[in-house]
Amino acid sequence: MLSHLRPALVLFALLTLLTGLAYPLAITGLAQALFPKQAGGSLIERDGKVIGSALIGQNFTGAGYFHGRPSATTDTDPNDAGKTVPAPYNAANSAGSNLAPTSKALIDRVKADAAKLQEENTDAPVPVELVTTSASGLDPEISPAAARFQIPRIAKARGLDAAKLQALIDAHTQGRWLGLIGEPTVSVLALNLALDAAASP
Amino acid sequence: MTLTGWLQILIYFAVLTALTRPLGGYLFRVFSGEATLTSRGLGWLERGLYRCAGIDPRAEQGWIAYTLAMLAFNLVCFAGLFAMLLLQGHLPFNPQNFGALTPDLAFNTAISFVTNTNWQSYGGETTLSYGTQMAGLTVHNFVSAATGIGLALALVRGFARRSAQTVGNFWVDLTRATLYVLLPISVVAALFLVWQGIPQNLLAYTSVTTLEGAQQVIAQGPVASQVAIKMLGTNGGGFFNANAAHPFENPTALSDFVQTLLIFLIPAALTNVFGRMVRSELQGWALYSAMAVLFLVGVTTCYWAEGRGNPAFAALHVDQAANALQAGGNMEGKETRFGIARSALFATITTDASCGAVNGMHDSFTPLGGLVPMTNILLGEVIFGGVGAGLYGILLYAIIAVFIAGLMVGRTPEYLGKKIEAREVKLTMLALLCLPLSILGFTAVASVLPQGLAGIANNGPHGFSEILYAYTSATGNNGSAFAGLSANTSFYNSTLGLAMLIGRFAFIVPMMATAGALAAKKYTPPSAGTFPTTGGLFIALLVGVIVIVGGLTYFPAVALGPIVEHLALLAGLQY
Repeated sequence: MLSHLRPALVLFALLTLLTGLAYPLAITGLAQALFPKQAGGSLIERDGKVIGSALIGQNFTGAGYFHGRPSATTDTDPNDAGKTVPAPYNAANSAGSNLAPTSKALIDRVKADAAKLQEENTDAPVPVELVTTSASGLDPEISPAAARFQIPRIAKARGLDAAKLQALIDAHTQGRWLGLIGEPTVSVLALNLALDAAASP
Repeated sequence: MTLTGWLQILIYFAVLTALTRPLGGYLFRVFSGEATLTSRGLGWLERGLYRCAGIDPRAEQGWIAYTLAMLAFNLVCFAGLFAMLLLQGHLPFNPQNFGALTPDLAFNTAISFVTNTNWQSYGGETTLSYGTQMAGLTVHNFVSAATGIGLALALVRGFARRSAQTVGNFWVDLTRATLYVLLPISVVAALFLVWQGIPQNLLAYTSVTTLEGAQQVIAQGPVASQVAIKMLGTNGGGFFNANAAHPFENPTALSDFVQTLLIFLIPAALTNVFGRMVRSELQGWALYSAMAVLFLVGVTTCYWAEGRGNPAFAALHVDQAANALQAGGNMEGKETRFGIARSALFATITTDASCGAVNGMHDSFTPLGGLVPMTNILLGEVIFGGVGAGLYGILLYAIIAVFIAGLMVGRTPEYLGKKIEAREVKLTMLALLCLPLSILGFTAVASVLPQGLAGIANNGPHGFSEILYAYTSATGNNGSAFAGLSANTSFYNSTLGLAMLIGRFAFIVPMMATAGALAAKKYTPPSAGTFPTTGGLFIALLVGVIVIVGGLTYFPAVALGPIVEHLALLAGLQY
């Protein structure tokens, strides 16, 4: 065993330098040179100020904005460091709800959310993403069905024509890659930026 | 379930199958020491490493020396990572000023990365500095995967060599796997993933004012370099807490496709390397076919179960039907861009292989949908499996399969020209029995102790599933979780750490003894009575042995968790 110690120690040290420093730092350099926007977190600016990342969802609550999915992320309770408090779309602490399909807490939450959404929007059945939390708590997107469902509320809040809102949704709907891979999505932040550009809140 | 969903699964499988032989050929040349494009470019580095470490690359090791070298290296790795986690506050690349990990969390995390498990008791973006992610976790993503490849090669050499005393040189296998296989593919994959949107920087977290005027702190870091090897090495430990569900760790459907491909790439190619080394590629394709059958059954079941949605939502005015405008299905704990098909595919792949990354939360899967990942791990991580670990795992099952076939006809079994005798069968069973001992033993203890029960997040049978899944994942060196379980406690950190050690090393040592015993045997040419191990009968028998030996052992435990929960869900019960 002792005769193996020297190769073990030396290889560990050298491979750490190679794969733990040279490799990630070289990738950092190359990424910054080739794809600076993505490497920097796909940040979006409006009027010279960074207002978020194109890939990270935000917690929209106003009636005049499209809303994203419920988020189960939390933050440390300011009054008790040992506890957590709900903090939707906390991009420094990603997490899902981890509620089981048989969980009473889940079913009660979905029931209340679905009733509230129907009251705010329309009596149609609520698209499932609007009442289910995403895996990361930071899902930046909703389905085209979930965007369309919110048209009545936004049309009323902004005094916009429903057809115009539908056209905005269509323009911001991202299809599957090559028509095959993934699901059609709408970026909520991009859609809301377009909404602000079309009519102030 | 939709046609597009099925097509995504089939396209994935077709691409994987098409890549198996070319990559297998490349790996075979690398490990035979033949000149390749990469060895011409990096040969100076390989020779330099040997010179500094005092390694003679031509010196071969017997199974004991090979195993001791591997253990010595892993011990040094563990000590190095453990120390780094305890000293985190004093080390560079720490813009968020994260302090030391607690000793039990450092123990758990160090074991976890050294054993290629990558269980996350920590939340990446709230616990670990960039320095730890790079010089700690990324390094072990490389070397634990390279270790697995070396071990698999040693066992295959046991079959391929005749009357031999040696099974290879651990240091050479480790170095070549890292330099010529893992590093080049990771560089290409990392840059591809940055292009798709994964960040790669060393800046402090970005504070922004959102459109509605709220403050949002956006965690970033050198993510792409870590994610590439995390997938390729079937490690699976996430840069972020939410792992590959986090939009910065898996931003698009295309990045998801590539990441799932990276998981199976080397395990699939190794079946071809095996075939080439034993001078019959058909032998490799036989193993590939058995793995493929189990993979396709798993993904079909999972996709079907998740696509049906949650029956408890039916009365709540929720639309779960798949149509042109939404994926529908059980979307709790899943991301919109992946929908049901990609989430089911990812969950199956990540648990078939011992990867353990997740793009959706398995804890929120339907009972039968969640049973698929659990069963995949329980079967011993042999459905493609971990890098290297999958191949040596399924080869042990193949030994049992030909042994059972031999019993049926009353003839000494042979596999690949080697007689399978009492010693090999005993050692193989010893390795295979370590897994249920650890999984069922620890689950039983945690299910009755207050320290174990305190961690449960969901009530009812699902709570038991969380505990069972945790020890299954740790012992199987997978690393995925029913993540509601609060596992960052001294009880779970230490018992899960032990389960990871048992699942890795108590399996490896008897496996290596088998390799040594096989290498020493002389070659027995096939005769009219030899059971052919390339045909459909062998594949069916192998699948049967994996399901019966691997699966039935756990049936009573599984019945208490997911199966009871499924019946409860159908009966409309809530907990």
